[in-house]
Amino acid sequence: MTRWYVLRRLLQVVPTVLGIVLVAFTLIHLAPGDPVLALAGENGDAAYYAFMRHRFGLDQSLPRQLATFLARVVTGDLGHSYVQGRSTLAVIAERIPATALLGCAALFMAAVISIPLGVIAARRADHVRDVSISALALALFSTPTFWLGQMAILIFALALRLFPVQGMTTAASDAVGMQHVLDVAKHLALPAAVLAAQELAVLIRLTRNSMIDELARDHIRTARAKGVGELAVLVRHAFPRALLPVITVAGSRLGHVIAGAAVVEVVFGWPGMGQLLLTALQTRDAPVLLGLFIVVSSSVVVVNVITDLIHAAIDPRIRLG
Amino acid sequence: MPPSTLASVSAELAPARAVPSPALQRRLPFAAVMRQPSGKLGVGLVAITLANALVAPLVVHTDPFALTGPPLSPPTFAHTLGTDALGRDLLSGVVHGAGMSLLIAVGVAAIALACGTSIGLVAGYRGGWIDDAVSRVMELFQVMPRLFLVAVVIALFGTGVDRVVLALGFTSWPVLARVVRGEVLATRDAGFMEAAEALGASPVYIAWRVLMPNILPTLMVMVGLLFGQVLLIEASLGFLGLGDPNALSWGLLVGESQGFLRVAWWLAVFPGLAITIAILGFNLLADALSAALGGR
Repeated sequence: MTRWYVLRRLLQVVPTVLGIVLVAFTLIHLAPGDPVLALAGENGDAAYYAFMRHRFGLDQSLPRQLATFLARVVTGDLGHSYVQGRSTLAVIAERIPATALLGCAALFMAAVISIPLGVIAARRADHVRDVSISALALALFSTPTFWLGQMAILIFALALRLFPVQGMTTAASDAVGMQHVLDVAKHLALPAAVLAAQELAVLIRLTRNSMIDELARDHIRTARAKGVGELAVLVRHAFPRALLPVITVAGSRLGHVIAGAAVVEVVFGWPGMGQLLLTALQTRDAPVLLGLFIVVSSSVVVVNVITDLIHAAIDPRIRLG
Repeated sequence: MPPSTLASVSAELAPARAVPSPALQRRLPFAAVMRQPSGKLGVGLVAITLANALVAPLVVHTDPFALTGPPLSPPTFAHTLGTDALGRDLLSGVVHGAGMSLLIAVGVAAIALACGTSIGLVAGYRGGWIDDAVSRVMELFQVMPRLFLVAVVIALFGTGVDRVVLALGFTSWPVLARVVRGEVLATRDAGFMEAAEALGASPVYIAWRVLMPNILPTLMVMVGLLFGQVLLIEASLGFLGLGDPNALSWGLLVGESQGFLRVAWWLAVFPGLAITIAILGFNLLADALSAALGGR
C-alpha cells in the first residue's frame, strides 16, 4: 500500500513538469517576432540563427519542435546564455547555493519564531495575546518584501550600522574557515530576517488555526479530564497533530520563498538566482529567464512531492486512505 | 450589482440593530465587518487608498512627470515628500500613481473572477473528466511562481500595463476556481439544490441563481486577498524594473528607489508606505469579512 502511494505520487510529477515545459514552449512561440530571437538574442548573424534554428528544431513542424524542446529540457539542455556565452544550466546552477542558503535560513527563522507564537496565540483564542500576535502576522503579511528590506537597510545597516548593507561577503576580505562563516552569517542575517517575515506571518496563522482545531478535540478533553498538566496537553497531545498541516503548507510555500528571495536578493545584492533574474531581465537574456522559470517551477514540484511523502510517513491516513 | 451590496448599503443606513441571526448575518456582511476592529481599520485604510486614487489627483495638480524642483530634494514645503533624481515631485507621483496600481488590480480581479468563477462552477457542478482536467491545470498553475512567469512574459512580449494585467489575470484564476469548486462541491447535495433540479431548472439557472448567492461571500473574501496580492506583485515587478515606463504606478516609483537608497530615503519610504497601507487595508477587509461569515 505504502509503496503504491509513493509510486503514484512520484508519477504525478511527470504531467506537471510536462505542463511547465509546455507553458514555456507556448510562450516562446506566442512571443512576437521570430522565436529564434528569444533563444539566440538579437545580435547574432544569419549563420548563427540558422545553426540555432536547426539546433532547437525550429525548422521542423510544431509537434516535432515540441518533442525536440522537451527532449532537450529533460536531458538538462536549457540552451545557451548568449550574454554569458555559457550553458544556461551552468549559469543557473552556480546561483542555486546562495539562494538555497538564504531561503533555508529564512524558513528556519520563520519556523523557530512562528510555531511558538502560533501555539501561544491558540492557547486562549481571541485573548489580547492572540489578537496582538494575529495583528502582527497580518501586518507582516501585508508589507511588501522589498520595502521591508529597504527599511531594514535604512534603519539597521545605514543608521545603526549593525549589519553590512550589501553582498554575501566583505569585499577584499580573504577570511577563511570560521571567520569566513561568521562573515557570511553577518551578511545573511538581515536578508534572511526580511525574507522570513512573510513566511512567519503565514506559519503563525496556520499554527494558530491548526492548534485551535486540535484543542477542541475529544482526546484533549480526555487528557485534561485525567489531570494532564496544561503544558503537556499543549506540547505532547495537541502540538504533534497540529503540526501536520503546518508541514504541508511550509513545503508548498517554496515557490513564494524563491520569488521573495528574488526580490530580497536585489535589495541586498545577494548573489543568487534573484540577482541572475534581474541581470537576465536587463540584458534580455531570454534563455536564462526561461531556464530560471523551468528550474524554479520544477523545484517547487519536487519539494511538493517530498512534503507529501513526509506527510504520508507521519500520517498513515494519507498513504492508506 | 450583486444583492449583498444592496443589503450592505441598507445595513449602513440602519446600524443600530441587535445581533442578527447567522442567516441574516450572511446577508449583511458590511454591518458584521464593521463590528470588528479589523473591519473598521480595513475600511479606513481602503478608504484612504481610494481617496488617494480618486480625490487627491483633483487637489494635487503638479504633473508627476514634470521636472518641478531640484533633483533629489528631501521633503520640504514646496515638495512635501521630496523629489526624485530628475526633480519630479514625489507627492504627485504617489497620488497619481495610485489610480494605475488600483486599475491593474481591478483588471486582474475582473479576469480572474470571470475565468475562475465559470471554470470553478463548471468543474464543481459537472464533475467527471472536466473536473479532473481542471484540477490538473490548477495544480500546474500553483507550482509556477507568478513573479517568474510574469517576468518571462514581459521579457518576451515587452513591457506594458496590458501585458501585466493579462499575465497576472490568467495566472490568478486558479486561486478563485479552486474556492468556487470547493463551495459548489459542499453545496451540491444540499436540499435546495435538489429542489431546484426537481423544479426543472436549467444548469445555467442553477449556477447563477442558486449556487452563486451561496458562493458570493467567500468570493468577496478571495477578491479582497487577490487585490492585496496583485498590488504586491505589481510593486515587485516595478521594483525589478519591469513596470511600463510610460504608465505611472506605485511599482514604477519603487523601481527608482533602490539605486538612491543611500542618498534619498524618501524615495523608498513614501511609495512603499502607500503600497503597504493599501495592501494592509484589503487584507484586513478580507479578514474581517471572512470572520463575519463565520470563518477565522
